[in-house]
Amino acid sequence: MDNQGSKVVFRGGGFTHQSRRWVGFVVFAALLLLAEWGTRTGVISPLTLPRPSDVLQTFGELYSSGLLFQHLIPSLLRLLVGAALGASLGIGVGFLIGLFSFVRAGLVPLVAAIFPIPKIALLPLFVIWFGIDEGSKYALIAFGTFTPTVVATFAAVDNVDRTLIRMGQSFGLDWFSIVRKIVLPGAMPGILAGLRISLAIAIILLVAAEMLGAEYGIGAYILEAGSLYDLERLFAGVVILSVLGVLVSAVIGVIERRLLDWRT
Amino acid sequence: MELRLAGVGHSYAGREVLRDIDLKVPEGEIVCIVGPSGCGKSTLLRMMGGLEQPARGEVLQVGQPPQGCLNPLTFIFQDFALLPWRSVAGNVSLVLEDHPIGRDEARAMVADVLGRTRLTEFADALPRQLSGGMKQRVAIARALVVRPAVLLMDEPLSALDSQTRELLMEDLVGLWTRQPFTAVYVTHNLAEAVRLGHRIVVLSRRPGELREVVSLDKPLADRGYGDADLEVTQKHLWELMRAEAAAADAELLRG
Ligand SMILES: Nc1ncnc2c1ncn2[C@@H]1O[C@H](COP(=O)(O)OP(=O)(O)O)[C@@H](O)[C@H]1O
Ligand SMILES: [Mg+2]
Repeated sequence: MDNQGSKVVFRGGGFTHQSRRWVGFVVFAALLLLAEWGTRTGVISPLTLPRPSDVLQTFGELYSSGLLFQHLIPSLLRLLVGAALGASLGIGVGFLIGLFSFVRAGLVPLVAAIFPIPKIALLPLFVIWFGIDEGSKYALIAFGTFTPTVVATFAAVDNVDRTLIRMGQSFGLDWFSIVRKIVLPGAMPGILAGLRISLAIAIILLVAAEMLGAEYGIGAYILEAGSLYDLERLFAGVVILSVLGVLVSAVIGVIERRLLDWRT
Repeated sequence: MELRLAGVGHSYAGREVLRDIDLKVPEGEIVCIVGPSGCGKSTLLRMMGGLEQPARGEVLQVGQPPQGCLNPLTFIFQDFALLPWRSVAGNVSLVLEDHPIGRDEARAMVADVLGRTRLTEFADALPRQLSGGMKQRVAIARALVVRPAVLLMDEPLSALDSQTRELLMEDLVGLWTRQPFTAVYVTHNLAEAVRLGHRIVVLSRRPGELREVVSLDKPLADRGYGDADLEVTQKHLWELMRAEAAAADAELLRG
């Protein structure tokens, strides 16, 4: 090397996350435009994929005929009731498992046994137990949300920094204070991360339950469209589900930002 | 109030870590405990604070805690143990919330203690916004607010850089000079021990036994960074510990 020296090459970039929201929209828009172009020019046959603009039109008709809300409202209600039941029970049981070794010894094997059962297989059982109407749908969604929430919650409780709990004890805080002020907030990140997954599962089960027997609901709508090979309506239904998924994820994102603002 | 240990010993899974410790922590004095790593210093401190039960012997508290004392035996931890979701003031008030103290009184107590630790302007900051030294000052404030009879400090300055450590030592000396407190101070840093200790207890390597108790009469406020007479004591302590530390180190290598 000469006396001038050469510049040290920068090699420290990458491997970090930066906020690039617009990229998601660009990818989305590009795919839609591609589908629109393909179906218009005939590169993609209309039997394989519906034209995005047609799907939009179908959606518009669905809205103006008032059918949209006739399907959407019962679905949302089922999702809300089922997921709320399952998630709150799951968080409760997860806490009990995390806090008491007896409960843990008794319930962890049970949860492990229930977890891999495809919940939809149990729908007939739920119909017998809770009736053919809303009851069995609530139960199915609740049950499906329950197991992943339990697992996420007790793992989150296990992960709470023990030195903080030790600190609470050393200052003579009572047991309930330690659970409420140290364990609960400490487990919150893990619980919310688990809820993201549980709620996505809830949407899947919602549709499955509605496909197996419901007059109204997004699942019923999709099933009907599917059996008629009406791809525009099928896709309109699928888009509603995707939007629902994005909305749920966004709501959890908002909760995370509000509750977990103490994280870096 | 003072602490007395009589014949305290302990084993973990059949492995003896402490043997036959007799020790007195007199009121108003800081007792430093030094010893090679793994000799059971932290275990001993946890026993003094009731976070662990000794297998042998007993830990006694003698006399009444001072008036208004809310938590006689109070810890300051090496890793601060602050709740990251609470502000500085919230971390301090946490330890008052289970006591029957009115809201205004609690607020006054927190404000007073934050003033004493020079944290008033950071009352609303979250722990992640603070440097290590400030975090430890919050932990000190939290310990002081319960008006402890004995402060139990486990390597409180070990996670800090040496300049911050020096500043915090001055803080501790200042706090003690204004209002003498009783404390047990565990450290592996001999310089800290000779600056803060009225007595310095030297433990042997595992199983930790009492090797020697060195008394230092020089008032805390008169001790400074690199004082010649303190250096002498420090050297003496090092000679006591040197062989132990080397043996402990070799032991760890052998597993
Ligand atoms: N909870 C525990 N279970 C088993 N062994 C432990 C536990 N705590 C400490 N030990 C062991 O006891 C010995 C003393 O530990 P500790 O008191 O932390 O030493 P020091 O603080 O002096 O470094 C070490 O060998 C450590 O591995
Ligand atoms: Mg230790």
